Amino acid sequence: MAIRRGERILMRGNEAIAQAALDAGCRAYFGYPITPQNQIPEYFAAHMPEVGGVFIQAESEVAAINMVYGAAAAGVRAMTTSSSPGISLKQEGLSYMAESELPCVVVNIMRGGSGLGNIAPAQADYFQAVKGGGHGDYRTLVFAGWSVQELYDLTRDSFDIADRYRNPVMVLGDALLGQMMEPIILPQDVIDPDDLPPKPWATNGAKGRPRNIINSLYIDPADLEQVNLRLQARYDEAARREVRYAGEHLEGARLALIAYGTAARVSISAVEEGRAAGLPVGLFRPISLYPFPSREIAALAEQVEAILVVELSLGQLVEDVRLAVEGRCPVHLYGLSGGIVPTPAEVLQKIEPLMAETRA
Amino acid sequence: MSMEEGTRTSVLFERPRALEPVRMHYCPGCTHGIVHRLVAEVMDELDLAERAVGIASVGCAVFAYNYFACDMVEAAHGRAPAVAVGVKRVRPDLFVFTYQGDGDLAAIGIAETIHAAARADNISIVFVNNAVFGMTGGQMAPTTLPGMKTSTTPYGRDPKAAGNPIRVCELLSALDGPAYLARVSVTNPQRVREAKRAIRKAFEAQLKGLGFSLVEVLSTCPTRWAMPPQKALKWLDDNMAAYYPIKEFVVAEGLLEEK
Ligand SMILES: Cc1ncc(C[n+]2csc(CCOP(=O)(O)OP(=O)(O)O)c2C)c(N)n1
Ligand code: SF4
Repeated sequence: MAIRRGERILMRGNEAIAQAALDAGCRAYFGYPITPQNQIPEYFAAHMPEVGGVFIQAESEVAAINMVYGAAAAGVRAMTTSSSPGISLKQEGLSYMAESELPCVVVNIMRGGSGLGNIAPAQADYFQAVKGGGHGDYRTLVFAGWSVQELYDLTRDSFDIADRYRNPVMVLGDALLGQMMEPIILPQDVIDPDDLPPKPWATNGAKGRPRNIINSLYIDPADLEQVNLRLQARYDEAARREVRYAGEHLEGARLALIAYGTAARVSISAVEEGRAAGLPVGLFRPISLYPFPSREIAALAEQVEAILVVELSLGQLVEDVRLAVEGRCPVHLYGLSGGIVPTPAEVLQKIEPLMAETRA
Repeated sequence: MSMEEGTRTSVLFERPRALEPVRMHYCPGCTHGIVHRLVAEVMDELDLAERAVGIASVGCAVFAYNYFACDMVEAAHGRAPAVAVGVKRVRPDLFVFTYQGDGDLAAIGIAETIHAAARADNISIVFVNNAVFGMTGGQMAPTTLPGMKTSTTPYGRDPKAAGNPIRVCELLSALDGPAYLARVSVTNPQRVREAKRAIRKAFEAQLKGLGFSLVEVLSTCPTRWAMPPQKALKWLDDNMAAYYPIKEFVVAEGLLEEK
């Protein structure tokens, strides 16, 4: 299939994610079906053969992430995707990959939880994504888009970032972003895996070099501490280099909404309606959720009188916002759960009384 | 006269090149060491070390990555077949094998094992069945014999409460994927020679692209069985070999020896 590049085409979020991986030189995909992300494995099943890559519908999410572990160990750009319950099953593998310093990209098209929950859009896996998820002293780098184009761009960049930090990178979407169709422009240039920098650490046959070992077992605590400090140094570097965010209507704002993904999309409509009604309100949108734009939010807290966090979970993002704000201004929460997405009017209803407070 | 003075004309016995010259951590009399040696000898014979990737598993053999002189990946408990599949599918030119115990392969990792076999994934598994969880202190394994005492079956394994043992080769024989399945033991020189032949066939199955291969090695765990090594070998012959028949289960046509 010849895909049109350099011009606006319509694409579903899930398909854009898969195409982004192919364009980034990803040549190994392993996944297990779960709604609402099934178009991703289906897209790979159709298009991975065209580029000579590997597609396996694994027997479980556990197997899938461990196949990713093997492919990444062999030096190939590899990916798995799932939705909330399946992402829970991948956490052991992610912990092993982080400690073994292996890159990979994982996408979570979040659905309502906990448990089996439902297949509606939600953001309740925020803690799991940004605080580690699996056991141990590691992090995944986490990015969240709010449009089909941004999901494409972030997924593509995530492969470079994963390789740079030798660490798993997670892209967060949700049932709405994964399913919706939007115009998108695919860039002309795509990455040929043969042009990527070599990975001298890969286990791909010890011919003409000392053998490589990929491992996360360090019996001596001093050795394990060294590895964990090395990981931490990388996370510190990521905090300096990889923070991403966007601001809308923040000039002169007295109230700032903070939201990501679908919650941000609803919030921007509310903000625009508010602005049209003369309310000085703006939106700050974290794009990297780990590293978190803490410095930028601290600066924002100096500038506005109050912050309203809008999230499709009952108080997860707001914790990181409060840690960043450190009491500089009041931080309010509008949290929804179970797959409920508010309307812009409902968000505006939360904005209005807070505006009245700031004016008083 | 010292050795250096040049009287040595032929080497009768030496460490396989595919084994690192390091001390192993296995208990005295543990047959893990013999199995390592056989794997390494076959790797030498087939000249595999420079294109091999071994997958170590979680169990007493977790440190296999320190012993095999080739690229090694240490997998999570039970996931070695999935990791091997990941390596092999993206680099079919590599030789990929796992080394797993019975807890790793037949308990927590049985799904990954069955599905790798069913997909005919072109990997080789060396499966060490010692009927217990050695590393964690001798608890019941899926392969623990009925009546056998372990630290979690202190009155002997009662199949009514603790279930029945799993015969892995028989289970996998029901699938179309495997190219080579054999059960061997290493309790005497004759058995050791047969075991090596089986490992070689398994590796050749992969080199010929025939699909999944697995060699189950009945093995002793003198420490957790609380027996001296000699008695453990005899106990294996008398009890384990009776429950787990030593034989070839599947031999793909492409492996049959030319007459
Ligand atoms: C997820 C997980 N569960 C449990 C363990 C603990 N554990 C380590 S080894 C092992 C069993 C090993 O037994 P086996 O595979 O038979 O190998 P052996 O030690 O007998 O050679 C267990 C349960 C672990 N490391 N990871
Ligand atoms: S505990 Fe058993 S299996 Fe483990 S090294 Fe000792 S004898 Fe071998």
